Amino acid sequence: MAVFASLAEKLQDTFKKLRGKGKLNEADVNQAMREIRLALLEADVNFKVVKDFISRVKERAVGQEVMASLTPGQQVVKIVHEELTALMGGSESKLNWSSQPPTIIMLVGLQGSGKTTTAAKLARRVLQQGRRPLLVAADVYRPAAIKQLQILGEGLKVPVFSMGTTARPLDIARAALEHAARHGNNTIIVDTAGRLHIDEEMMAELAGLKEVLKPHEILLVVDAMTGQDAVQVAGSFHQQLGLTGVILTKLDGDTRGGAALSVRAVTGCPIKYIGVGEKTDALETFHPDRLASRILGMGDVLSLIEKAQENLDVEQAKELQKKIRQQEFTLEDFLVQMKQMKKMGPLEELINLMPGAGKMKQLKNLKIDPKEMLHVEAIIQSMTPEERRNPSILNGSRKRRIAAGSGTRVQEVNRLLRQFEDAKKIMQLFSEGGGKKKKIRGRNLFPF
Amino acid sequence: MSLFNKLKESLSKTRQNLSQRVGALLTGSSQLDASFFEELEEILLTADVGARTSMELVERLQQEVKTRRITEPAAVAGLLQEEVSRLLGEEGRLCWSPTPPTVILVVGVNGVGKTTTIGKLAYRLHREGKKVILAAGDTFRAAAGEQLAVWAERAGAGLIRHQAGADPGAVVYDALQAARNRRTDVVLVDTAGRLQTKVNLMEELKKVRRVIEREVPGAPHEVLLVLDATSGQNALSQAKLFHEAVGVTGIALTKLDGTAKGGVVLAIGNEMGLPVKLVGLGEGVDDLKEFQPRDFAAALFSDLSSI
Ligand SMILES: Nc1nc2c(ncn2[C@@H]2O[C@H](COP(=O)(O)OP(=O)(O)OP(=O)(O)O)[C@@H](O)[C@H]2O)c(=O)[nH]1
Ligand SMILES: [Mg+2]
Repeated sequence: MAVFASLAEKLQDTFKKLRGKGKLNEADVNQAMREIRLALLEADVNFKVVKDFISRVKERAVGQEVMASLTPGQQVVKIVHEELTALMGGSESKLNWSSQPPTIIMLVGLQGSGKTTTAAKLARRVLQQGRRPLLVAADVYRPAAIKQLQILGEGLKVPVFSMGTTARPLDIARAALEHAARHGNNTIIVDTAGRLHIDEEMMAELAGLKEVLKPHEILLVVDAMTGQDAVQVAGSFHQQLGLTGVILTKLDGDTRGGAALSVRAVTGCPIKYIGVGEKTDALETFHPDRLASRILGMGDVLSLIEKAQENLDVEQAKELQKKIRQQEFTLEDFLVQMKQMKKMGPLEELINLMPGAGKMKQLKNLKIDPKEMLHVEAIIQSMTPEERRNPSILNGSRKRRIAAGSGTRVQEVNRLLRQFEDAKKIMQLFSEGGGKKKKIRGRNLFPF
Repeated sequence: MSLFNKLKESLSKTRQNLSQRVGALLTGSSQLDASFFEELEEILLTADVGARTSMELVERLQQEVKTRRITEPAAVAGLLQEEVSRLLGEEGRLCWSPTPPTVILVVGVNGVGKTTTIGKLAYRLHREGKKVILAAGDTFRAAAGEQLAVWAERAGAGLIRHQAGADPGAVVYDALQAARNRRTDVVLVDTAGRLQTKVNLMEELKKVRRVIEREVPGAPHEVLLVLDATSGQNALSQAKLFHEAVGVTGIALTKLDGTAKGGVVLAIGNEMGLPVKLVGLGEGVDDLKEFQPRDFAAALFSDLSSI
């Protein structure tokens, strides 16, 4: 993965080599297209989608906007990014609400894609919007699927309608409609059993459910880690049911999520939400431009900043940013920064969002264990103000003193110093790094 | 025509093209020229083998074709089977401890089929006359314990289970004690699904492994990573990070009854040398099979099941 971590960097290299020639020729452009092709394939975009996409991008890449540009590499990345974003639907898309209650939402998908969890997440969101959701347990096949939905519903204080595993899903659906009418539930969310798109009997069951429920939304729940088969799966569900939208799950890992592109291309349906965690609050609105960056290995800078904004003390962040620019970042600031990062959640998840992060070796050292945080604090507190400002004066005997004072070992002091240096380097990247700079500067926010 | 519509149209042709091509490739195609190998590469890509491994494989096949002076396209299928075996190991065999209990730890990301695979394996071992205990190490996901309980009953296996939210290490400890007391042959340890990048959860898994190591010398005898055949290149990251954390000994590849080929295990074999040991072919108790490299290679080229 790391090899393709940053397409932007690779393209820049490719084009840099060509700089001397003054003009790009066909072979140069082909070389660049090969890089893009690899990046997209590595991100699991369907190879057929890649092929068509490349030919389209190539048309634009040999055009004036690139040829005349002083930074053709960046220009091509920009084009690729724009095209990807457009292909994924451009702007955000919301749920369709029925003008006459209830609004009925049906979740469908392969086994293990995350339907049950997603049903609960949707119920939570709907509840927060002041609606009265009813969850319906129509998966009578997978052991304990009903129980799973019941537990989740209980946690959210959302009612769950079920009739056990002996009832037929069609009967459950009919009864659920009546139940909702009687109890004034204006949003019905139906969890169905996972099934293969080639299982005729099971697909017919879904068609039957559709007929009974007349849903306003039929959402395909797709695992973001899905590979080339996404095209068959989505195409076939769409063909048999007429999907209205897609929810992409498990995007909190390090998957690049190219399946999104395949699904969108084959169904034409918008991606409405993304799942980013196991808890019921981990459902987010889908932003095509951000996923485009991620697919290209450019990092999801916007999500990172958003996450930072939610958790950061803005004044403190500005202060830090100023210090970095002026090269005045001290160990004390490092401590403040680490405490802030702790509030934002596991560092690894943030690192995944960073541009080119896969490539940066130094990030490995930055992994911080919560227990280690305590040590870090103790070590920094055992330093004199002078030492915190200027760690380069730390010689062997000072380090031994600090280790003894903080109840740690010299190795730990050394490790902390390394981490500090690494953090400085990374922050430099954020405050001066190429194309990434603009976005961050626009918000005037240091991403940590 | 907009790019979007163009894509849509060409995608609907993909399937048709592919099956036609496969047929032509192995029977009709008369010569082993550049376009033959290009098509071959496309088939591998479609099967999720991944760009790098596909290229390497094709290059190696081209090399072999030259040195062995092969001229028949059909013979390439045989070569490919050899390559697959080379990358993925021979027929999958689980390791057994000379002294019971054999402990098998089952790990993987969310929803890949860990619990179901354990259920199917337990059923099979029970039928072979072995005494099996299932350890409900997933104390996190709602109703995970209940799900495993249903499988224990189907399989005729014992079950050790704590309350929701309990420490998985403690569950496993109890299961191993019970195994000793009840003269159990096999302990299958279910774990909560977790994304491989979640450091805290991976630490928890390491702890489970340490409990097993401490309680049963030489255990775990297998650490099975369950991979969903539908997943793409991220499975490589899964294999790497799970291996780093708990030392994976083999792969169980599930959901091969769908249209996905699970080709990413070739990339994993290529880069890490991890063998595939079991394959999942459905949701029933009998739908677990030993891995057969020949069948797997053949399936890489088989027609896609009808939609
Ligand atoms: N078609 C098919 N479905 C499978 C196979 N193996 C598992 N499943 C289904 O996939 C879904 C998820 O399986 P689980 O066994 O619950 O997966 P898990 O990895 O334990 O999931 P978590 O514990 O939630 O992470 C269930 O609906 C299973 O029936 C298989 O080989 N083929
Ligand atoms: Mg499970």
